[in-house]
Amino acid sequence: MTRKTLLGGVSAAVVAVAAAGVGLADIRTGDSLVINGEIEIVTETAPPPFLEGVFSTIYSGWVFRTDETRAMEADDFDNPGMLYVEQGLEAFNTAMGTEGNSCATCHETPETLSTVRATYPQWDEEHGTVQTVEMQILECQTERMGVAEPYGYDSQEMRNMAALIASVGRGQTINVAIDGPAAETWALGEEIYYTAYGQMELSCAHCHERNYGNLIRADHLSQGQVNGFPTYRLKNANIVSVHNRFRGCIRDTRGEPYAIGSPEFVALELYVASRGNGLSVEGPAVRN
Amino acid sequence: MKRQMLLAATIGLAATSLQADVIAPGDVVMTEYGEVTESLTGVPGDPARGQAIMVDRGQGNCLACHQVTALDHEPWHGEVGPSLDGVATRWDEAALRGLLVNADTVFPDSIMPAFYKVSGFVRPGDGFTTRPAPADLQPMLAAQDIEDVVAFLMTLTDY
Ligand code: HEC
Ligand code: HEC
Repeated sequence: MTRKTLLGGVSAAVVAVAAAGVGLADIRTGDSLVINGEIEIVTETAPPPFLEGVFSTIYSGWVFRTDETRAMEADDFDNPGMLYVEQGLEAFNTAMGTEGNSCATCHETPETLSTVRATYPQWDEEHGTVQTVEMQILECQTERMGVAEPYGYDSQEMRNMAALIASVGRGQTINVAIDGPAAETWALGEEIYYTAYGQMELSCAHCHERNYGNLIRADHLSQGQVNGFPTYRLKNANIVSVHNRFRGCIRDTRGEPYAIGSPEFVALELYVASRGNGLSVEGPAVRN
Repeated sequence: MKRQMLLAATIGLAATSLQADVIAPGDVVMTEYGEVTESLTGVPGDPARGQAIMVDRGQGNCLACHQVTALDHEPWHGEVGPSLDGVATRWDEAALRGLLVNADTVFPDSIMPAFYKVSGFVRPGDGFTTRPAPADLQPMLAAQDIEDVVAFLMTLTDY
């Protein structure tokens, strides 16, 4: 009612500023996620140093979802993403390529790779580039296994394998390096994050930094963290990759996304992953 | 089906015959306060049509970000922008038209898209197809659409 007295452009702008911004009012924070009654997941924590002026707390996308969606992730029997992990495990133990090797030939069990998800994307000295988990899998297939037709970057097989590697890392603290040789790639990712794309001129920050917690039509915007990837999306009834999500978000700005697996998306993945430094690996997470 | 197509063709024809009076996105004159005083078409806006455009996800999709009590029969109103209740008491017609054309003058770096703009974008697409924008990229709303939405907004006088 007091608003009625606020006439004219200037006062309206004040109303607008007060109304916009972060809206955690109908989001239940402070809950914890424990998977299978044993894997403790950090779903909210202090931001990494470079985000200290931006966020007081960083949140996993889990925090923004409904009780039903949250619950599906708490038990592997209820998490449909685990079916893809099982397929990944089968492939892990299957020989492929001219060398007659399986992943298990070199890595014994997936559990030996449990620190991978939390530290990728990461700088690869030998190739002189920042590598994602998918790029590392491709490297093993082509350089160590003699696989003539390696997995497509966003293929079902690749997502299954990436989901397996995420699943054995669940509970580990995300800690991707952003300095040293990775710094340049990280800076490119940061630039992309704050660029307004498409005919709607929207940046990642417009939605996930300035409006997390707010409803955008029927969806509660999260902080756009990638700690839960590959993520089982109820909407797709399948697991989706990080780059596929980036692609969808840029498409939704009426924009032309970068290609999946492109250097731009690799840089963006490194940057976004680092915004979650301190959260836990959660993949395959369940989201709508 | 046939009749519908005929009707569409007639409407299309009517629209083209009006084209002469339409102010193109590049020719819109905006005051330093972000107002557009002149109608983009010279044809009075139709509030009923404006309401439909605001709701339609493929057109204005204003409800993605705004709550409007008068549209309560529609599900899911967003919270990203302020409620538009009483908006006509805060802004006059020229200001509302200006906000729709391009809100950036009034709200710098606004998340609200510029609905009547066709250039100056980074990697614009062809709608939601992921393909690059065509050379003759159309504004998100046509000139008459803007007039119709403004006409609907002018009815929002209550809180
Ligand atoms: C128009 C608004 C909008 C823009 C711009 C946008 N997103 Fe999103 N994004 C969404 C919505 C809506 C969702 C689904 C709800 C959620 O998790 O936030 C989402 C989800 C995500 C998720 C999944 C989070 C999870 O926990 O599963 C990631 C990651 C993400 N976005 C990253 C990005 C990045 C990076 C950019 C910029 C390239 C971006 N988004 C731009 C609206 C947007
Ligand atoms: C992606 C989000 C978004 C969309 C879509 C959007 N707006 Fe907005 N709108 C905003 C925000 C946010 C503001 C407040 C100013 C700011 O912070 O930039 C705003 C402000 C306004 C205002 C001024 C409100 C006031 O009370 O002072 C009007 C009028 C308006 N919008 C109308 C519309 C109409 C009509 C449409 C659709 C044709 C629309 N908006 C679509 C986000 C949006």
